[in-house]
Amino acid sequence: MQPINILTSTAVPLPLPNIDTDQIIPKQFLKRIERTGYGDFLFYDWRYNLDIPDHVEPRRDFVLNKPEYKGSEILLAEKNFGCGSSREHAAWAINQYGFRAVIAPSFADIFFSNAGKNGIILAPLTDAEVETLIQRSTANPKHLITINLEAQTVSDDEGFSAHFDIDPFRKYCLLNGLDDIGLTLRHESDLNNFESQHDQEFWSAPKANEAA
Amino acid sequence: MFEKVWQNHVVAEPAGEPTILYIDLQLVHEVTSPQAFEGLRLAGRKLRRPDRHIATVDHNVPTTSVHDRLVIADQIAAAQVNALRKNCKEFGVEFFDVQDPGQGIVHMIGPELGATKPGMTIVCGDSHTSTHGAFGALAFGIGTSEVEHVMATQTLPQSKPKTFRINVEGELPYGVTAKDIILDIIGRIGTAGATGYAIEYAGSAIRALSMEGRMTICNMSIEAGARAGMIAPDETTFAYLKGRRFSPKGEAWDRAVAHWRSLVTDPGATFDRELTIDATKLAPSVTWGTSPGMVTTITGKVPTLDEAKDDADRKGFERAYEYMALTPGMPVEEIKVDAVFLGSCTNGRIEDLRAAAKVVRGHHVATTVRAMVVPGSQKVKHQAEEEGLDLIFKSAGFEWREPGCSMCLGMNPDILQPGERCASTSNRNFEGRQGRGGRTHLLSPEMAAAAAITGHLTDIRKWEFEETAKS
Repeated sequence: MQPINILTSTAVPLPLPNIDTDQIIPKQFLKRIERTGYGDFLFYDWRYNLDIPDHVEPRRDFVLNKPEYKGSEILLAEKNFGCGSSREHAAWAINQYGFRAVIAPSFADIFFSNAGKNGIILAPLTDAEVETLIQRSTANPKHLITINLEAQTVSDDEGFSAHFDIDPFRKYCLLNGLDDIGLTLRHESDLNNFESQHDQEFWSAPKANEAA
Repeated sequence: MFEKVWQNHVVAEPAGEPTILYIDLQLVHEVTSPQAFEGLRLAGRKLRRPDRHIATVDHNVPTTSVHDRLVIADQIAAAQVNALRKNCKEFGVEFFDVQDPGQGIVHMIGPELGATKPGMTIVCGDSHTSTHGAFGALAFGIGTSEVEHVMATQTLPQSKPKTFRINVEGELPYGVTAKDIILDIIGRIGTAGATGYAIEYAGSAIRALSMEGRMTICNMSIEAGARAGMIAPDETTFAYLKGRRFSPKGEAWDRAVAHWRSLVTDPGATFDRELTIDATKLAPSVTWGTSPGMVTTITGKVPTLDEAKDDADRKGFERAYEYMALTPGMPVEEIKVDAVFLGSCTNGRIEDLRAAAKVVRGHHVATTVRAMVVPGSQKVKHQAEEEGLDLIFKSAGFEWREPGCSMCLGMNPDILQPGERCASTSNRNFEGRQGRGGRTHLLSPEMAAAAAITGHLTDIRKWEFEETAKS
């Protein structure tokens, strides 16, 4: 996982609450066995008009299809972003499309966890703060926003400045690009001890009673 | 209870970091596992505890015929199913293949096998893992990277959620089911109402439910944003589990039951949040919009904009009116349906099929409706066939399918056409969930069966049941 700290970029405004993971990445793309290539399918049903058989046509009025927002690394959304299915493919699609951060008033639990594992900064700001940023990026697609993970701030060159909360350990992992499995295996001897004890508990293992 | 189960599974509590929690069982299916197995392979890691993993195919498998499942036409789906076969063989995981008598939706087979037991921690790369909480297990959905993490270490770093007890008290009125209870709860607290919380469902109405009813409720906990949903184990739970393949036997069984009894929440325990619902006031419910929280009762109307709680809700309503092609103020009973889906891990169990068959008996599917029944597992399918339920459904004009997730999420060919409206016993009604442009109304199996017959959303409380014909 790539470390991340200071990010300055234009932002794509998606002023909609409760954006669920079925919208972020529709189910047909979950059939894939690869871990990459999901950027092409991000918000697929919103990006493309599929009404004509065998013809995929970008919807002109959808924000991701507007050339002025190309290259943006920040997504702006409203409350409860990422609700619904646990599909990590949603975080992969966001990441592989090119977004390194999402700013919204709140995030759904499982998506929150998935984003952390993929080096995406989720910055929760107040409704009013998010609204301001959405207005500025809608009025001016070239408007630049800076996220500083170390300082936990979001700012722009028009005087906007806000603080966001982030769990210190999550912040540490993002800043250093740390892998979860490696971190857990630091506790391997605790795990071995726990496991040999716990395996005695006949009620907890699927196969514990095969012999009995 | 949540606290007790959590504490029993703490491996390490590093300062300033999430707790490392031991995971008793990981359930695996074809959609969220390929990249996890690949990750193990690339890192040269073994799957630490194959005996604590169980796998099956459910999301992607066709339900049309045995042949269609053995030779999957969709190349990408076939590749994914084959990947799971190969991976389970390579890493030593027990695998229930498409035609295995134990195959079914992953959250159906855990309980059927007796693999799901009280006091366990259970995970799966699927948000409806909360289903297993009905047994008093701490069960939750995870992403593919976490699936890999559990495969490699049999643990997960977890930050502890807060606790939320929802008491449902009183006797359920006629025609009101477990599905209606959970739809009511989500409507009340919203789709983010329990974010950051583990819910415990309690109260006399919950106690009165069968294990299947409890599973329906816990299944949809995620739709309220909850990390998990749990119900304390009791005699109903023990009776369900006794004698199943992975249930303890003999003296071990007695010890297990004694342990399980000790998990129940202590009287006087406090929760971060508490809510009490009067079950006697509930009515059959239906979702009208594009989120499980957009719910009303069958005698209700599509809400108007001024009934929305805030600006965000108002925005959601406006979008939903358009997507669902509904007018605010329209009575729900006037909503016509084009399709009916009876199945899913929410309501694809034998009791659900029995209840629906009772409604269907002596009637026929409306000419304007296409209806299908997809039993949640091979076991349920076979039991239903033994009871003659399949004949009731088929002679009424329902399609009788092979087990899988099917039209709940339309990953296999069971999808809605754009604009098609479906009465569905599943768990999500998001835009495009059952097919691009498809319109979903969530409800109970009885209500779905009634809608199939009349061709529109119908109040099950007024239904005229056919008595069993006697020769």
